[in-house]
Amino acid sequence: MGEMTSQEMTLNMGPQHPSTHGVLRFVVQTDGEIIRRATPDVGYLHRSIEKIGEIVTYPQFMPYTDRVDYVASMSSNEAYARSVEALAGLQVPRRALFIRTLVCELGRISSHLIGVGALAMDIGAATPFTHALREREWVNNLLEEICGARLTFNFIRIGGVWMDMPVGWKERVLEFVDHFEPALVEFNQLISDNEIFVKRLANVAVISEAEAINFGLVGPNLRGSGVRFDLRRDEPYSVYPDLDFDIPIGRGERGRLGDSYDRYMVRIREMSECCKIIRQCLKMVEPGPIMAKMPRVLKPPVGEVYVRTETPRGEQGYHLTSDGTAKAYRVKIRTGSFSAMSMVEKISEGIFLADLIAIIGSFDVVAPEVDR
Amino acid sequence: MTPAPSTAKTVQEIFARLRAEFGENAVLGLFEPKAGDSYLSIAPEAIERVAAFLHEDAELFFNSLMCLGGVHEQGDQPALVVVYNLHSMRHRHRVTLHVRVPMEKPIVKSVQHIWAGANWFEREAYDLLGIQFENHPDLRRLLLPPDWTGHPLRKDYEYPKEYNGISCVRAKLK
Repeated sequence: MGEMTSQEMTLNMGPQHPSTHGVLRFVVQTDGEIIRRATPDVGYLHRSIEKIGEIVTYPQFMPYTDRVDYVASMSSNEAYARSVEALAGLQVPRRALFIRTLVCELGRISSHLIGVGALAMDIGAATPFTHALREREWVNNLLEEICGARLTFNFIRIGGVWMDMPVGWKERVLEFVDHFEPALVEFNQLISDNEIFVKRLANVAVISEAEAINFGLVGPNLRGSGVRFDLRRDEPYSVYPDLDFDIPIGRGERGRLGDSYDRYMVRIREMSECCKIIRQCLKMVEPGPIMAKMPRVLKPPVGEVYVRTETPRGEQGYHLTSDGTAKAYRVKIRTGSFSAMSMVEKISEGIFLADLIAIIGSFDVVAPEVDR
Repeated sequence: MTPAPSTAKTVQEIFARLRAEFGENAVLGLFEPKAGDSYLSIAPEAIERVAAFLHEDAELFFNSLMCLGGVHEQGDQPALVVVYNLHSMRHRHRVTLHVRVPMEKPIVKSVQHIWAGANWFEREAYDLLGIQFENHPDLRRLLLPPDWTGHPLRKDYEYPKEYNGISCVRAKLK
């Protein structure tokens, strides 16, 4: 008897599929349950943010960076601010750097909660998502208190931050961290060690170290393959050199190194590292100015710069080209989800259709970040 | 444990190494503006060789392509510039490459077989700037619909009035 094959069928997955994390579409060629080829079709959320960057002035572009990755917009703000500061040679006051680190790490927790919660829900466990959102709500309240917005913050500014911390905010952040660390243990008991959940992720979409680097994977997806590379440690910026924290990497604990479960666990462990960072920042922050001395009209000198920042979805880089005027000549944004999406086609060959959902979830892809 | 001595190379050393390897017809020059990153200018026909060398050489070992983008340069000689931002995770050094191609013949050799991540970066640059990447296996539009005309990130791009009967003009406020 020869190999059993059935007729190939072309399936359309998305754009409005609940588990596609935004609006993205796959054209899937299947042979029974097996995927022969899954071609991503992106661009549904293309808002030409890069073109807008050439039309508005440098400070005016800040709200648009919120929309690059709206699940973690604090980090997007920081990434853009850092690149303009590098080009214009601005020195950010230390207190502002601490406030930035505090809000970005809070944002990282909130983003990873969405990532792990949505992954669990995508593959059929609905309850953890509500637990994750419950915790995220608390973070959103804290961030709302400091800047008035819950999703698109526009809080970090070129040269510093918009507002100082409100009275009593530090205590309330500490209260959250004290609550969150045990809550994370509870979350692990609820889902991370769940045998069914583990079986859905272990050994699915194994990515080797060399492949991950070659495809330009970044952030937790890269570290899930066992590469200990984190810009906060390896290209230190802001106040990260003074802080003590670990870089969690994949260990292949339930399957092979670099599988979907490793990527999931990296995010879980990063959240407890975030708590460590927040505790240290709360202790170390000192009074001082929160804004650098800024020129009335910001005109960075002629030149170009590529600055990358570790956001929850990995490296977010801004390649800015300046012609010496108040508007950028060219803004190129490189995001983590973009590289992850470009890899889906390669690693989805020959896997089960149901595992494609797990892969997208384990990459923590956010569609607007792909499309910009 | 003492930290291992740094093996990072400066951009001048990388430039000297490439000049010695490929000559001045391929490696056109090193530009060090007062602000921002320095960059090397590479001839369009040489980029594939240079990239492969940068990727393979043990002392350079640029295993990571951080970013690949394009810029439409105006001025006396308008041109499309492909910008490669490379990083070596082993040696912790980085370099920026520029490849200038004329507007009428914007053809660059693809590097996607060297860094697989370049595949989509090149598709994006083709889509938004109209740079053609030779030997790219799948050079289709990425972000815009396949029937879109023009390349929006070019400086001379004219905004369309409509797309397939859908108006692209903002309604006037009454």
